[in-house]
Amino acid sequence: MARPARDVVFVDGVRTPFGKAGPNGIYAQTRADDLIVRLIRELMRRNPQLPPERVDDVAVAATTQTGDQGLTIGRTAALLAGLPNSVPGYAIDRMCAGAMTAVTTTAGGIAFGAYDITIAGGVEHMGHHPMGSGVDPNPRFLSERIVDPSALNMGNTAENLHDRFPQLTKERADTYSVGSQDKTAKAYADGKLQPDLVPMAIRSAEGAWGYATVDEPPRPGTTVEGLAGLKTPFRPHGRVTAGNAAGLNDGATACLLAAEDVADELGLPKRMRLVSYAFAGVAPEVMGVGPVPATEKALAKAGLTIDDIGRFEVNEAFAVQVLAFLDHFGLADDDPRVNPRGGAIAVGHPLASSGVRLMINLAREFEEHPEVRYGLTTMCIGLGMGGTVIWENCATEDTK
Amino acid sequence: MSAHAVELPDEVVTKALLSVIELPFGAGPAALITLDNGHDHTRPNTFGPAGLASLDAAIDAALAKDGLAAVLVTGKPFIFAVGADLSGVKHASARDQAVALGREGHRVFRRLGELPVPSFAFVNGAAMGGGLEVALHCTYRTVSSSAAALSLPECFLGLVPGWGGAYLVPNLVGADRAVTVVIDNPLNNNRQLKPKQALELGLFDRMYDAADFLEESIAWAARVLTGAEPVERAEVDRSPEVWAAAVARGRAIADAKSHGHAPAPYRALALLEGARTATRDEAFAAEDEALADLVMSEELRAGLYAFDLVQKRAKKPAGAPDKKLARPVTKVGIVGAGLMASQLALLFAQRLEVPVLMTDLDQSRVDKGLAYVQGEIDKLLAKKRVTPDKANRLKALVTGSTSKDGFADADWVLEAVFEEMKVKQQVFAEVEAVVSDTCVLATNTSSLSVTEMARDLKHPERVVGFHFFNPVAVLPLLEIVRGEQTDDATLATAFAVGKTLRKSSVLVKDAPAFVFNRLITRALGAVTAAMDAGTPIEVADAAVEPLGLPMSPMMLLGLVGPAVALHTAESLHEAFPDRFGASPGFQALVAAGKTGVYTWDGGRQQVDPEVVAMFAPKEGAGAAPTAQQVLDQARSALAEEIRLMLDEGVVAAPEDIDLCLLLGGGWAFWNGGITPHLDREGVSERVTGRRFLPKGVASLP
Repeated sequence: MARPARDVVFVDGVRTPFGKAGPNGIYAQTRADDLIVRLIRELMRRNPQLPPERVDDVAVAATTQTGDQGLTIGRTAALLAGLPNSVPGYAIDRMCAGAMTAVTTTAGGIAFGAYDITIAGGVEHMGHHPMGSGVDPNPRFLSERIVDPSALNMGNTAENLHDRFPQLTKERADTYSVGSQDKTAKAYADGKLQPDLVPMAIRSAEGAWGYATVDEPPRPGTTVEGLAGLKTPFRPHGRVTAGNAAGLNDGATACLLAAEDVADELGLPKRMRLVSYAFAGVAPEVMGVGPVPATEKALAKAGLTIDDIGRFEVNEAFAVQVLAFLDHFGLADDDPRVNPRGGAIAVGHPLASSGVRLMINLAREFEEHPEVRYGLTTMCIGLGMGGTVIWENCATEDTK
Repeated sequence: MSAHAVELPDEVVTKALLSVIELPFGAGPAALITLDNGHDHTRPNTFGPAGLASLDAAIDAALAKDGLAAVLVTGKPFIFAVGADLSGVKHASARDQAVALGREGHRVFRRLGELPVPSFAFVNGAAMGGGLEVALHCTYRTVSSSAAALSLPECFLGLVPGWGGAYLVPNLVGADRAVTVVIDNPLNNNRQLKPKQALELGLFDRMYDAADFLEESIAWAARVLTGAEPVERAEVDRSPEVWAAAVARGRAIADAKSHGHAPAPYRALALLEGARTATRDEAFAAEDEALADLVMSEELRAGLYAFDLVQKRAKKPAGAPDKKLARPVTKVGIVGAGLMASQLALLFAQRLEVPVLMTDLDQSRVDKGLAYVQGEIDKLLAKKRVTPDKANRLKALVTGSTSKDGFADADWVLEAVFEEMKVKQQVFAEVEAVVSDTCVLATNTSSLSVTEMARDLKHPERVVGFHFFNPVAVLPLLEIVRGEQTDDATLATAFAVGKTLRKSSVLVKDAPAFVFNRLITRALGAVTAAMDAGTPIEVADAAVEPLGLPMSPMMLLGLVGPAVALHTAESLHEAFPDRFGASPGFQALVAAGKTGVYTWDGGRQQVDPEVVAMFAPKEGAGAAPTAQQVLDQARSALAEEIRLMLDEGVVAAPEDIDLCLLLGGGWAFWNGGITPHLDREGVSERVTGRRFLPKGVASLP
């Protein structure tokens, strides 16, 4: 049978404010599933023209799929959000790229014709599920040297990246990080981030309800001098610090994807069109370089070059990993097309949820800049991977 | 805290926790007060003196913030607040303490309605009594679509909504709806409002789903504050006619329930009546006075005692053996397929969800019983009380046979055959030939000796009395009768089964007619004796109203069936001929096949003239007793019988007597069952030489 691939559009995306993981973080008393449930409900509220039963699948990513992130969280979240029983759901894991994979996987399903509409997102409550909790690595990893011993600790892989690219100095990393904080502060001041933040009711340990409306991690006013003295927890006299890396965070993201014809039928907004995506593997001990081959691959599939890309949303797990990407593609450390609304070093990186945060930012940039036709979202992934999604701006008049 | 108020050393303090949040849409900062007593939902928030002080302090702290746009109040997960800490009422020993209790609640709660900024209550869960009143004082209210219980239950207990409710509700939703909330629902088994009903009544401005109730409520509050979403409420019809009609409706409800003997609903009606024209200060002062009078009333103390019995003692039956001894019940046998047996089969299938086999002598009776069960399941299905799958499951669970062979793998066989000792003994012998050695044999007898029934069995220790009250699906009481040889494992199994059936079980010694029937028959005897002596039937019947039966004795007789009642009366007469008389009129009534003493003629209840003739006094009889004499006689008879039952050890304590009457017969809370009433009226001391309960337990100290 004839099976024409359908175009996939990003309709809408939302996220919770991100919190600091740990007993004093804003979400210490909040369940991870409640975060994602809130977002699914908000997506439905923001898009009342979408009948809930038209949602064909709910893909929710989480790195640690136990407890309040377990029980096939895509399905439980759909049920808890009040979507009809007929709407299925499932759980996804590709560590940091969980939400990105939820998008690419269900987008693939849309293009194939299996779905019309999907909800894709991610959640990570690193306070309830600290990194590495409950893992049981196969002893062969080390006995057969399948990975370097440092590969399982993300901070160590970042230090390894500094070794590989000696031109990526701590000073460059710190300077880049200050820029991330400054851009985030400016984006907040200009009211650019708030429209897609969904306030959450939170509770103190004592029981008092509160109301989280903004990200908890940003440190506006951070200076290079201030960062210079921070401890390097992964190596004595190392380069990676809490100041030039994303923190440990709690948060969730979700977005609505649709076949373009279905979006037209239902009158759903079309913010950006999926052009191509790719995931690529690298040596696990330098996982931060993953976005480079992933982007090369995605560009090749799209028949585009790096020069065609007008906006870059690069996840900032570590400053050094962003700089490695920028150096490879010949972009300046402070290129205004890169993370114009700040990044994870400021707002945080709740692992499996970050992918959709990049897309939310890119969609808003596209809206503001119809002249920008292409943009990409990219991120590095634990155990040596990278993922890149290239998008086309639906606001650009000549795109179709 | 005012000087006269009661202090509660063991108060579980509901703290009012304050946080300041930034409202969306630029509506400004708001003070968010969380009511939380630090326990989970199984220990709901209540207000004692320290709780009120905490709320007072939180409001002070909120008002100290600059530029505040609103004050918001919400609860802990699943619970908003369920009212006053009633131990404060129990501890009040003087009227000025009771007045202070009311005033302090008013003083703190009314602040929420008199702030310089609007206040919002976000009722996220159960809100009863003073909890709902907190919300009512606020300017605006939202309710969660899953809030479990919403009510002003004060009149049910013997109080009035005295922290503002009696004034605020009618002025918010009108007098008629206020009567529904304040009078009608509480007096109808403390019926609760569902969130949607409460919204439609106008008690709330908006309802939001539980999933993100607080977030959506906060967003709504912000829209209200910015003027983006105006709040419109139906205007209250304040005309004197409408108001008077509503109060009259409330009075009719109160009369039907207590005939004027329970003071609380009448005090509440007076407050509702006054709320049309009273100022806030006047109305709240009147609430304080009503509350104080009621707190210092015997009826309230009895009501609180009754409430405690059904809430606590009913859940932990006195004298029940260790739960661990109970054996699992995976299949049930019912001997008999008559109406009662069929009702029981359905109940066991519904609650235990195990196979239930009904047997009877011939196939046509079995078929009739099964048809009844299937029909009842179809009715449940039609009313959407069960899903189609569940209906299929239940229908498949209940089977019938003319052979008892199918009982072989049953763990519990209940007989519900004719009330005749020989028949029941034979049934148990036949069952014992089939079942395992540990299968429990339970009897639903209402008056026969369980010990006697078990005597000739190989394993008499597995026999237990399991006495339901008709209609079995409705009445919550179960009398569990321990025969002389009944062992603990059997008894524990019976209590476990009772609990699974969602019944409240009371342990009873094997004595004629156990508890409830023995007492109701004794009371009925006083009434029929008067009728036999020439007291007009309607006079004798109405004379015992102060005993607090849910309906008159003769109406009850009609409901139960005179033949059944006579059977019990005669078996008690046989056991205790000097106390349980044989009424010639009653016997004639049954012999004539009458279904009761009343007829319905032209929609009016009238005494059947033929029945009047049956109770005609004999030649030479003395003067017919007056209504007061009938009442005195009934009270004395009950006091005497209860004392004897306690001395015989039929139940562990007077509390169990009261529990049986409250649950098995729906006797009044304001009498605390019956022993508080008999103590209060001085009958116990006069007839038996002493009270049943020490002063202060179900009475004023």
